[in-house]
Amino acid sequence: MWRKLHFYPGLLAAPFLILLAITGVILAVSPALERSSAVVPSDGMISVAQLAQSVVERYPSAEQIKRTPSGAVIVYYTRDGKPGADLVNPETGETIGPYEPSALFRWVKDLHRSFLLDEAGRVLAGVLAAIMVLMCISGAFMLARRAGGWLLLLRGFKGSGDSRVHSELARFALIGLLLSALTGSYMSATRFGLLPEPADNEPPFPMEVSDGEPLPVGSMEALRSTDVNNLRELVFPYPGDPRDVFSLSTRQGAGFIDQATGQFVEYKSASTGNQVVEWIVRLHTGEGLWWLGLLLGLAALTVPVLSITGIRVWWSRRASGDVQDNASPADADTVILIGSEGNSTRGFAGDLHAQLSRAGRCVHSADMNALAEEYPRASLLFVLTSTYGDGAAPASASRFMEKLALFRCSTNLKFAVLGFGDRQFPRFCQFAKDVDVALASHGLARLQSPAFVDQKSPEQFSQWGSRLAEVTGLNIRLSHNPAPPALLDLELVDRADFGVEVEAPTSILRFRPDAGTKRWINRVGNKRDPLVDFHAGDLIGVCPPGDDKPRYYSLASSSDDGLLEICVRRLPGGKCSGFLHGLQPGERIQGFIQPNPEFRPAPGSHPVILIGAGAGIGPLAGFIRKNDARHPMYLYWGGRDPHSDYLYRPELGSYLRDQRLTGLRTAFSRTRESAYVQDKLNEDAQNVRKMIEMGAQVLVCGGSGMAAEVRAVINNILKPLKTDIESLKQEGRYLEDVY
Amino acid sequence: MRKYFVVFGLVMTMFFSATASAREVTFDTQLTNYRGDGAYLAIYLTDSNGVYQGTLWIAGRDSEYYKHLRGWARGSRMRRAEYDGLTGASITSGRTLTMTMNIDDSFIDNGYEIHVDTAVEDRRDNRSDVMVPLTSEGAGKPVAGRGYVKSFTYNF
Repeated sequence: MWRKLHFYPGLLAAPFLILLAITGVILAVSPALERSSAVVPSDGMISVAQLAQSVVERYPSAEQIKRTPSGAVIVYYTRDGKPGADLVNPETGETIGPYEPSALFRWVKDLHRSFLLDEAGRVLAGVLAAIMVLMCISGAFMLARRAGGWLLLLRGFKGSGDSRVHSELARFALIGLLLSALTGSYMSATRFGLLPEPADNEPPFPMEVSDGEPLPVGSMEALRSTDVNNLRELVFPYPGDPRDVFSLSTRQGAGFIDQATGQFVEYKSASTGNQVVEWIVRLHTGEGLWWLGLLLGLAALTVPVLSITGIRVWWSRRASGDVQDNASPADADTVILIGSEGNSTRGFAGDLHAQLSRAGRCVHSADMNALAEEYPRASLLFVLTSTYGDGAAPASASRFMEKLALFRCSTNLKFAVLGFGDRQFPRFCQFAKDVDVALASHGLARLQSPAFVDQKSPEQFSQWGSRLAEVTGLNIRLSHNPAPPALLDLELVDRADFGVEVEAPTSILRFRPDAGTKRWINRVGNKRDPLVDFHAGDLIGVCPPGDDKPRYYSLASSSDDGLLEICVRRLPGGKCSGFLHGLQPGERIQGFIQPNPEFRPAPGSHPVILIGAGAGIGPLAGFIRKNDARHPMYLYWGGRDPHSDYLYRPELGSYLRDQRLTGLRTAFSRTRESAYVQDKLNEDAQNVRKMIEMGAQVLVCGGSGMAAEVRAVINNILKPLKTDIESLKQEGRYLEDVY
Repeated sequence: MRKYFVVFGLVMTMFFSATASAREVTFDTQLTNYRGDGAYLAIYLTDSNGVYQGTLWIAGRDSEYYKHLRGWARGSRMRRAEYDGLTGASITSGRTLTMTMNIDDSFIDNGYEIHVDTAVEDRRDNRSDVMVPLTSEGAGKPVAGRGYVKSFTYNF
């Protein structure tokens, strides 16, 4: 509810609020500017009588002395029939210079309070101030919810991007913006009579004065007892009118002074109501509170950024599939709980929501923090969550665990957890794992064991979807791809074909990437184009004609090799591999890069053991090519027949010669030896063990069958070291790219 | 370019009784090109001693600012009854306020004076920016003000 209350008025008001804020920022500087040029005597040093006396000596026709809240003293006078105004030094009465209110500030002020539209504009400005109050309050509730509590607001936010910028700025600006908005609303409301205003504090004009000889202004008691720093305004009597009086207005009150006696004939102290109103105005304008003015200006400065990031956050939320048709917790037979730091997990959850709804389920989606005490009709519970930092809950799940303690599982509720994370981080998807355990120990039954999606991989997400479809029997097909990637134009420049004779047709395809004009611009700017910046081990997504579901291939080259190289085995009936195998040099395809920084040799001089089979050699060959530092690098690779599918044979030879590759062991299954790659590892068990003991890193690329066999062998090899693949994985020393 | 704010025949029943001997008087008040917001004006009548007799017109709608029309405020004591129905918009820099009143003959050529007090936000207040006797002789003769009024003319 807060979100809607925050966004829609905000969106409508944004252009006006930005204008109000920018003009407000300019006006906020004014008190500080005035203050910096004003001479302010210390309290008790100069009385109004002294000031008035020194002023009339220099300005015999002075009509009015005014002190601005910033301390500037202005004398209004008439000389030779011409009106004038000078700034004077309050300590000496000396002229500082002519006074002319800044035309710029006046114009900005009119823009600020009425959009230069008089009354209608003032109404609009008042309405906007009220909207701003609403924005501040709704925003504060959203911030508190995001932070996980009001006190936690002090600690700040995690995450990144627009949403983080918006929250952090709002956190700092909130008080200032709320103050400006509230005081502005009040001023507007009193002006239009919506709120009562304390009565004007001026005493009535005196009916009777003593009518005697005027005293010199410097000896008037009422003026002598008033400090110049308390002065607002002193209006002199009309020249030659003995029945006229001095009007004095100070911080404490206002009154009229008899010219002849120098005493007040009428005086009224400022009422509390008046003082309150005065403070409200000062809090809004910063008049006489230059430091507050600057702070408020700083807060207002955030408004344009808040408006833009706010709209962008909303937009990305919409684009990532904000939940539509959300069932109530009481009606839902399926519940999706979302733990998200930014918003990317929501996109995946939105896809799941839509697919489940299409499959006839009645789905309720909510933040994990919004876990109900009970879902009376639910039979399926999905938790999609990221992990923050070192295994902590993301923003929208910060209170999930404590809420779970109150959760009643009244139905036969089955759950599945899907974690989102990045394998580069040590405690990958730790929070998802914790939630899985917590739900199980709360008595819920697992629908399936927890699954994980690395780096928002659409492929892993859709794989999870397929498994889910199998387990539940629901007809769902998940295909969420968070940010539609920028497409690269790729021209096939050459191809090398292998393995046709051994029923493993595999081709090495080399493409020239072309990002079109954008690349040209970047070349001029001498910048690397992120579109064509890739590394061996990254993936390229390619959609075969007539299919919008991309297939991913590991890259065998890096962007600085100049060409984009992939190694593709044609699968029987494979739509995309068949399409790629059908390409002839000169033909073009489109694809997009999906970075895969996790599958890369770690920097440093530890040995690297590369293990692959078939087309899995692609990224491994790319790593070897990049091994310019000549770190120890060993390749174990399995093919079918050295005469048919020995991929990269000449390259590997030259890598061995120039020592980019330290050792090579190949295994061929269709020779007399009939060996597989795991057999070669077994033969080399002692060496492999020694290298792992020395800190070697293992990278495996190939089919899942091969990967499983390799795992078994390696685990055997590791036994004497009292460690296993799991612990190596946690150290980032056992990486797999398996398909 | 001059634009005219024209206010027609507001009959002042309270003070200027609309007798058979009332005369229609047109007042033109042209402002200088001061730099500032719309000016507040009070046009009022005093006797020869400067004692307030009655309000002719107040330009400016926000009574909060009326106290800055100092001479008028003092004389009228800012009582609402003094100006009720005699107010209009404030006058922008450089423009002219034209308004027509029925004024009893007894105020003409009898020592009465027209005063115009002016005030602009954040600028000086001008008590008796214009001060001119209301006489048949003075009709049609522009008088310069000493504040925001460039020229003030009345015509019968």
